[in-house]
Amino acid sequence: MKRANAFLTFLAVGLALLGGMFAHAAASRRAARPALEARTELVRRLRTTDLCLFTEARYTRHPVMADVNTPFQDYPLSIEHYPSGSLMPPPAHLSSER
Amino acid sequence: MIELVEVTKVFNRGRPNEFTAVDGVSLRVEPHRVTGLVGPSGSGKTTLASLIGCMARPTSGRILLDVNGSGSLSGLTFPGGEVTSLPERFLTEIRRRTFGFIFQQFHLVQGLTVLENVMLPAYPTGEPHAVLRTRALGLLEMFDMSRKAESKVEWLSGGETQRVAIARALINSPAVVIADEPTAHLDTKLAREFLDILGDLKSRGTTVIVASHDPLVVDSPIIDRIVRLRDGRVDDGAAD
Amino acid sequence: MRRWFNAQRHILELTLSALLRRRGKYLALVTVYTLVVFLLASVMFFTHALRREAATLLEGAPEIVVQRLVAGRHDLIPTAYADAIAEIRGVTSVRPALWGYYFDPIFGANYTLLVPEEFTHGPGNIAIGPGVAGASGSEVDYILPFWSSEGRLTSYTIAEILPAESELVAADLILMAAEDFRALFDIPEELATNLTVSVRNPRELPVIAAKITELLPDTRPIIRDEILRTYDSIFSWRSGLLMFILMTCVLAFIIFAWDKASGLSAEERREIGILKAIGWETSDVLQMKFWEGAVVSLSSFLIGVLAAYGHVFVGSSGLFEPVLKGWAVIYPEFRLVPFIDGYQVAVLFFLTVVPYTVSTIVPAWRAATVDPDAVMRG
Repeated sequence: MKRANAFLTFLAVGLALLGGMFAHAAASRRAARPALEARTELVRRLRTTDLCLFTEARYTRHPVMADVNTPFQDYPLSIEHYPSGSLMPPPAHLSSER
Repeated sequence: MIELVEVTKVFNRGRPNEFTAVDGVSLRVEPHRVTGLVGPSGSGKTTLASLIGCMARPTSGRILLDVNGSGSLSGLTFPGGEVTSLPERFLTEIRRRTFGFIFQQFHLVQGLTVLENVMLPAYPTGEPHAVLRTRALGLLEMFDMSRKAESKVEWLSGGETQRVAIARALINSPAVVIADEPTAHLDTKLAREFLDILGDLKSRGTTVIVASHDPLVVDSPIIDRIVRLRDGRVDDGAAD
Repeated sequence: MRRWFNAQRHILELTLSALLRRRGKYLALVTVYTLVVFLLASVMFFTHALRREAATLLEGAPEIVVQRLVAGRHDLIPTAYADAIAEIRGVTSVRPALWGYYFDPIFGANYTLLVPEEFTHGPGNIAIGPGVAGASGSEVDYILPFWSSEGRLTSYTIAEILPAESELVAADLILMAAEDFRALFDIPEELATNLTVSVRNPRELPVIAAKITELLPDTRPIIRDEILRTYDSIFSWRSGLLMFILMTCVLAFIIFAWDKASGLSAEERREIGILKAIGWETSDVLQMKFWEGAVVSLSSFLIGVLAAYGHVFVGSSGLFEPVLKGWAVIYPEFRLVPFIDGYQVAVLFFLTVVPYTVSTIVPAWRAATVDPDAVMRG
């Protein structure tokens, strides 16, 4: 019975940890609220429109501000920035009618 | 008592290789005795043994189990004691509680220990582990195998394997033990030892059925009654 | 109930000894499976948390940003345009915003220079984001040199380094006074980068934006909803890279399931035959098969998901860095707040455990229904 008991223990521990994961996440969210508010306030103060995710080019840094006609091109034959170009789709407001 | 009435077993029915293994066999197996099913290979004795042990259903005919003669069988009651038309679930339950099998090739599960092999038939019954373990160890004790309880079965000698196979057949405390060609892979000494164990089982009240064509078995004083088979039929009449 | 539990434990015991007998194969299987779950769960956690963070933070973004377009490109906007916009009903304020990019040839990094409404440190000073500090190795009171558009070298003193928690917003930012900005880029008072508009009623945003376009046809207003929507689809599965990852995972799952579904080996069949012969029912055999699938998939799921959580929320998704960083020099540390979606975890659980377990049970069906006497005959 050793093996079965060992596995069932592993399962129980795993499930407990999974529960702990959710608990930890909830607790962290609560604890992070002031920091989140501070960041939101910073956004408000700076009047920025984008998060700083991809800093290699202006249209990856500020996708919201991307130009209408050439969202992913600095000039003819410019290579798309990888992987940001792949991960960040063109903003919705470029392709759809308001 | 176990009774067979005109039992027939046909394999591959309707196909070109149709084959009648058992043909209209009627017989009674007396409780608490050792019955031998004797005949050359191909005579249907293995098939008959498996039919008696509820391992397979007959193509036609009836099999009735009423080993205790009290209208019930190992605690289960069912109409008339007939097992032929029971659903698989019940049949398996009856088989597990009533019969213990010793196969010609023993068929122990490799990679498990002796103790685990002995307990294996009882795993799905839901008995608590401690109870099973005690019973299994008791059986191994009976066959002088306790020392090897935690050994892997691959490392056993022929005689030890044989004894483990017998112990396994007894884990569910069956009323009937069926052995199919048990001496086929044994030398004379081990064969005699085996027959002694069968005699011992008989003295504890177990019904034993042995299918064999080994003269050592056939001529043994342990055997109370011989049923001769030839081409799937009983030779020289049924009653003895 | 007790009986059922005992029976399950016993059957599980047998399953485990069978798995351990081929421990090399199953260890490899669980490892690969765990890695796949880890990858999938990491991507899932990362994407969801980032999106939630963006949605939260960008609630503070301006309600309308008005850009000017010349020949299809973003150009400087006359501050006089603000007067026309301020006349629109519902608009409470219009303010010019100054910001731009600066490429630093020394460190190869792109900075975003920005003028906040109040810059307390005054001209000659700058406040830099943590990413800038990291890339240039700077500390407070250091000097950073800039080349103006006329080729003149100007230096500013670092008065403040923004806190590390602000990375996702300000990693590459350099905040400065308006005079410094205008002097550096030679932008006159009449022009600004764009205008930000505040409105009384947020529901009027599309209407007001339409009016702005009407009034000033060379402008493009962007409203807050659009800003939020842009970040809602970040790392969407339609993106090339993510689609590749997902397809790889799906392929891995299919391969595992196929391996299981392609039937049992002769040895496995023999073992099942013996079990049937010694008194196991078909359902008992299938329960054993269930445990075989469940042991592998449950283990992989638990380890994979827990490891993914640790990776993303404790390890700041460090393993993704080589992929996400791309050409950038300044790359934020993704200290994300653990926004996790239980529903997503549940879906992952079902995807991980159910198909694999089913593909372990189903092919065994035939072998499990074998007649017990087959072993005697065989």
